[in-house]
Amino acid sequence: MLKKNTKKAEPKKTTKPKATKNETKLDELQSTRERKNVLMQGNEAVAYGALDAGVNFFAGYPITPSTEVAEILSAELPKRGGVFVQMEDEIASICAITGASLAGAKSLTATSGPGFSLMQEGIGFAKITETPCVVVNVQRMGPSTGMPTSPAQGDIMQAKWGSHGDSPSIVLYPDSVKESYELTIRAVNLAEKYRTCVILLLDEVIGHMREAVRLPDMANVRVINRIKPTVPPHWYKHYDENQKYLSPLASYGEGYRFHVTGLTHDSHGFPTNKSSEASEMMERLRKKIDYNIRDLVQIESHQMEDAKIAIFTAGITARAAKAAIAMARAEGIKVGLLRPLTIWPFPDDAVRKMLRNVETVIVPELNQGQLIHEIQRLTKDKSDGNLIPIQRVNGQLITPNDILRKIKEVS
Amino acid sequence: MAKSYEIRLSGSGGQGLILAGIILARAAVIEKRRVTQTQSYGPESRGGYSRADVIISDDEIYFPEATNFNCLLALTQEACDVYLYDLRDTGILIIDTTFVKNLALAAENTYELPFTDIAQEKLGSPITTNILSLAFMVQITGIVKPESLKQSIAESVKPAFVELNHKAMELGFELAKNYKK
Amino acid sequence: MANIPQRIIHEYLRHDKKFPHVWCAGCSNGIVLGAIIRAIASLNLDRDDIVMVSGIGCSSRMPVYVDFNTLHTLHGRSIAYATGVKLHKPNLKVIVITGDGDCTAIGGNHLIHAARRNIDLKVILINNNIYGMTGGQCSPTTPHEAIATTAPYGNIEPDFNVCNLAIGAGASFVARTTAFHVLEMQGIMKDALEHPGFSLIEVVSACPVIFGRLNKKGGAPQMMKDFRDNSIPLAAVDKLPPEKVEGKIIRGILRREIRPEYCAQYASLVERVKVKEADNG
Repeated sequence: MLKKNTKKAEPKKTTKPKATKNETKLDELQSTRERKNVLMQGNEAVAYGALDAGVNFFAGYPITPSTEVAEILSAELPKRGGVFVQMEDEIASICAITGASLAGAKSLTATSGPGFSLMQEGIGFAKITETPCVVVNVQRMGPSTGMPTSPAQGDIMQAKWGSHGDSPSIVLYPDSVKESYELTIRAVNLAEKYRTCVILLLDEVIGHMREAVRLPDMANVRVINRIKPTVPPHWYKHYDENQKYLSPLASYGEGYRFHVTGLTHDSHGFPTNKSSEASEMMERLRKKIDYNIRDLVQIESHQMEDAKIAIFTAGITARAAKAAIAMARAEGIKVGLLRPLTIWPFPDDAVRKMLRNVETVIVPELNQGQLIHEIQRLTKDKSDGNLIPIQRVNGQLITPNDILRKIKEVS
Repeated sequence: MAKSYEIRLSGSGGQGLILAGIILARAAVIEKRRVTQTQSYGPESRGGYSRADVIISDDEIYFPEATNFNCLLALTQEACDVYLYDLRDTGILIIDTTFVKNLALAAENTYELPFTDIAQEKLGSPITTNILSLAFMVQITGIVKPESLKQSIAESVKPAFVELNHKAMELGFELAKNYKK
Repeated sequence: MANIPQRIIHEYLRHDKKFPHVWCAGCSNGIVLGAIIRAIASLNLDRDDIVMVSGIGCSSRMPVYVDFNTLHTLHGRSIAYATGVKLHKPNLKVIVITGDGDCTAIGGNHLIHAARRNIDLKVILINNNIYGMTGGQCSPTTPHEAIATTAPYGNIEPDFNVCNLAIGAGASFVARTTAFHVLEMQGIMKDALEHPGFSLIEVVSACPVIFGRLNKKGGAPQMMKDFRDNSIPLAAVDKLPPEKVEGKIIRGILRREIRPEYCAQYASLVERVKVKEADNG
């Protein structure tokens, strides 16, 4: 049986931002947005989440349907002494936020499919150099230019495998405006904590949708800042192997004079061709995700206690699933939803439990089959007949009725 | 009142329907109700199709897109033709007869007025058609209070345009009160 | 400046860590590295305040050898990374080391936009007319009709005049020199480091092992002699008849003007917005 809503909060302790030389104090940067109930768009929630998390550097390139994030931050960041810069393309954007992060900034960019594809090499660089940054991808219909204003969930696999080479990913996936705010903060926090490029996947509908939201008081927002080294510069290792894969990070201009390279490197950051050091580096990248799965994975378990049928999906499609579940339960059908808020690393354990407890799993998604492969990977003892896809790639959402029909077919 | 009320505002790009949707949603927020507002439109900012959905409810709203409307506002023939089939049997249909000339189905509760022509004649420009027709809808359905709509308009449009839009709103309320089926 | 002792260079190197270097015998990269360090030493710049950023290529391996804050990035993207570093900490001196392929082919877009913004980056473009690290492929500065491994019948494309490109894009400091003219190079680098705005220095350099062999240039000493004999200082151009200028490398500071620098512009924007906010609030 799955625990109901295993949503985990950030560690209780609020890390007070340390103001170091040349860095703007984070307190000044945080959003002054009114904390009352307001109508807010998903992209707006991302922008305010970024500000509340202490993001003080944004570099981006306009692209539908993510542009509102850039527009809002272009107005808000200068007020707080932060930097907004519109770069010449998305490649330059991911590079600029990575450079700024190495100089000590909390940085973020926002884009959509075509720009996300362009950023992949830079995302790989941020991962191999263990540089904190956040990429928000408000997904749209692809491939290529596709349907710029229509929703799709086609970048789930690209978010994991988009960059060449193995590089474990942290990818978060909200299903509402409020959660867009919360997961933006979490994305920034995880980037700082795990020193990597964290990706936030939004559906076009979530990015453009408006809902009533009350942002929490800043006192209730937990902000994590990167750990700064306390050792003298000549002892500093940019990738310290003795720190449980979460090693302190110095910034340029603080006397540490470290080296950063996209080449395979040793623990000091210098390039290496030794296979022992290469495998150490690769293992480090893997283990810092694998060893912290419990901290990283967040799932919502909705009406799963007695469910015989489970729906597994994320984002906007999970909202359709919840509506379908309400209708099906009104007719006495025992159906529930398992929804990953962290889509990568994949919640293997939760899915295995789900598979043990239900007879049938329905996987609706706005693509030609991406999430379902992960379920298949974990479904050794079930026949294919118990794994039901619902897939749509025409720019329209999967509706509650589409899912209800399928529930009735299999119940 | 129904627990959940689904509204679709439909027409073409440039008619201000998404703004109308935002204003209606904000009015619901003022009344502390749950609300979602979504939209669908082509990549162009003018022409093409455009629609805004607003769902107002007292419970958590799961699916944010209107699928079975309690009320449909159609400002173009094309929008009316496409969306009429998803109106509930008891749903309210409001059409702009400036552009909607034929009804494919006979809806039970149909309200017809040439909103665009009225905006042109009485307010000097078709630009306020969205607020005029939205106010008409609010008065007919009672989904939010007139004063909430008034406040929402003031919070949603540029200060220079508040007066004009409030004028359009008042005219919409009047048309609804005096409407004879 | 010529009297800066040799040991100074060692003080600026990570000599205990990453040597021997990867550059071939006769390569100009070491000459350029020496000139950069001597220019920095002559200005007494704090090593902690210097960030050296590079892309991919032979010259882009330079940062690993120097004891500054160093960033070895993706092919073509050094200027974009440097823009992020500089914008977040404008007090840092950000030097970009790049090559002709890195800067003018794959990274051309970033070059022109950084020049247009006039952001205070010091871009040192070591132009050896070829992709050296990968074995001699044609680059945008490979001369017309020269041989490269991807132009085995001679290059049919015209080559870029990189300095003119930078001037056209709005760079406020543009200079050209050669690997032979070491003292001139040091002087130009010192001027660039003191210039408040986007600076591009093209160093025409020798790749005797790849470009030189493919094009029968006669080895490193001969290539250096050619730089000496086939280049003229900008000041002399007007005094010479056109036929003596034709085909020569023009050396010197080709553009130096003061115009608003991007980080300063951004800082004043922030001040303006804050004042407006204070008035409203």
